[in-house]
Amino acid sequence: MTAVPNDAAIVRERIESPTGQSLRRFLADRFSAAAMGIVLLFVLLAVFAPFIAPHDPYETDLFRRLQPPAWMEGGEWSFVLGCDGLGRDILSRIIYGARVSITIGLAVVMIATVIGIVLGLAAGYLRGWVDIVISRIVDILLGFPYLIFAIALMAMMGPGLKNIILALVLKEWVVPARVVRGEVLAAREMEYVEAARAVGAPRRYIMFREILPNILSPVIVVSTIRMAHVIILEASLSFLGIGVQPPTASWGSMVADGRAFVLDAWWVSTFPGLAILALVLSINVASQGLRDAFDPKFSD
Amino acid sequence: MKPLALLGRTLQLVPVLLGVSVIVFVMMLLTPGDPVEIMLADQQATPQQVETMRHDMGLDRPALERFGVFLGNAATGNFGLSFFHRRPVFDVIAERLPATIELTLAALLLALVIAIPLGVIAAIKKNSLVDRLAAVGSLFGISLPGFWFGIILIILFAVHLKILPVAGRMDFACEVAPVTYLLTIDSLLRGRPDCFTNALSHLVLPALTLALPMAAVLTRVQRTAMIEVLRSDYITFAEAKGLSRRRILWRHALKNALVPTVTVAAIETGSLLGGNMVVETVFGWPGLGRLVVESIFVRNYPLVQAAVLFYAVTYVLLNFVADILYTVLNPRVKL
Repeated sequence: MTAVPNDAAIVRERIESPTGQSLRRFLADRFSAAAMGIVLLFVLLAVFAPFIAPHDPYETDLFRRLQPPAWMEGGEWSFVLGCDGLGRDILSRIIYGARVSITIGLAVVMIATVIGIVLGLAAGYLRGWVDIVISRIVDILLGFPYLIFAIALMAMMGPGLKNIILALVLKEWVVPARVVRGEVLAAREMEYVEAARAVGAPRRYIMFREILPNILSPVIVVSTIRMAHVIILEASLSFLGIGVQPPTASWGSMVADGRAFVLDAWWVSTFPGLAILALVLSINVASQGLRDAFDPKFSD
Repeated sequence: MKPLALLGRTLQLVPVLLGVSVIVFVMMLLTPGDPVEIMLADQQATPQQVETMRHDMGLDRPALERFGVFLGNAATGNFGLSFFHRRPVFDVIAERLPATIELTLAALLLALVIAIPLGVIAAIKKNSLVDRLAAVGSLFGISLPGFWFGIILIILFAVHLKILPVAGRMDFACEVAPVTYLLTIDSLLRGRPDCFTNALSHLVLPALTLALPMAAVLTRVQRTAMIEVLRSDYITFAEAKGLSRRRILWRHALKNALVPTVTVAAIETGSLLGGNMVVETVFGWPGLGRLVVESIFVRNYPLVQAAVLFYAVTYVLLNFVADILYTVLNPRVKL
């Protein structure tokens, strides 16, 4: 008897969801896939920091003050990247610092994206005064350079993790909101939306169940790119001393700590900065790959 | 561009500028701590004196009225007294502004000098090694945390190689009577080449730190624009006419491919203002950015408020200029 595949198997073989196709394209791009691997590695470091870090990131030891990295004279392999001005292990602090960067990056982008989706959908689909009000607020917020807006808010609210997230979200939601509004304006004229309207689907159903799933991929791509931006902003605020407060290990404040020792201990500033660069670069490369995979019209 | 369109676009600025002022004003209202108490912190003031001062500063009046006063004052450059300096905020800011302008202009110039040739070459030799290196370089450029890169440059060029100074704007030994208040230009105008090199050597590292992320963005823009232009009919026509390749590229193509670059450069100059705070802090550059950061720590809010308003207004105006530039340079676009 010849093996005739049943209908269901044929369907499964031929039709792959657009998301599946995009994911396949993304993974085929080795460079981007590797970058995504590095990002995931940082996430694992952050989650399992207490198990991975070789030392307590807060334990000071004045005998190890400014101890150089292992490969230099006076270094030790148990303190690979050396110690800071209070004798704390730099590697352990970098591993714990990943928690701050990733928590803030994820929290800000996720909250901002949700707000942006709701307001962007409302502005783009409902139009009228809702659109006017939201678009004006967007215009006004775009009138502030990002870092200056964040610095001004932090100056008013005072430092701290929650305040950083709040200050960045207050400005960040503008980005997804604009993207969503633009996409909705295009989508609302499409036949599937008209069809839904014709059968009398309620507005909320059309916005969130019909339009939203169809415009989600550009929004997600933009959000990943924005995460790189948010991580640098948080690090800048912490560097300036108005972000995450000591003794919490954050990459930005670690770089700031090292400024006092540029003359004789270059490693204190250098390594935390390299961690920022590695994470942000990987996010940027991965998000470029995502963009090309999900939206092939962008690649040249 | 038609005058009417220009007028319309200018009128659109009004609600944005008004909105920006409202936000800055509300930020100040919500600030914890009483400005009068901050000002009188180190003096033994009786409650009566505090009350009098609060009345004198208009702090006891309703918010809407205070906003009106704030707007009127802002329009005339009156931002009150800097708590810390005990001088008008306007004077303190005006004093620090030239340093920031000099740094920003230098960074802008540097970014254009890097980005335009690199973008053009990357476009001409698409997918070549240069193109790929430029792409990787751009990725690094947008991923570099400025504050860290500045410190790395200091460690390399000032501490180890000892060829450039660590911080500051010019050595004290050099004193040039001000003309433009931009030290590099002033030392040239006053015939002091020694001071010019001194000022320049201080300027190089901070300008480079500020310029690189911008150059990264501009290179990509220049590349895309050039590729687009090279595909267009008039270039094919110029080639058919038998013009030399070099003449086509640099005279015909570049002229049009510069439009997006110039526009984006104008917008990005606005973001340089934010970068300034970080870079000026790293390099001890005596500009407005560092002043704002210092003022936050001493709770010198009138100054922070005035500076934020100044930055926002500049940013909005730069975007406006970018819009206008784009239409002027590219007559096919209508506002």
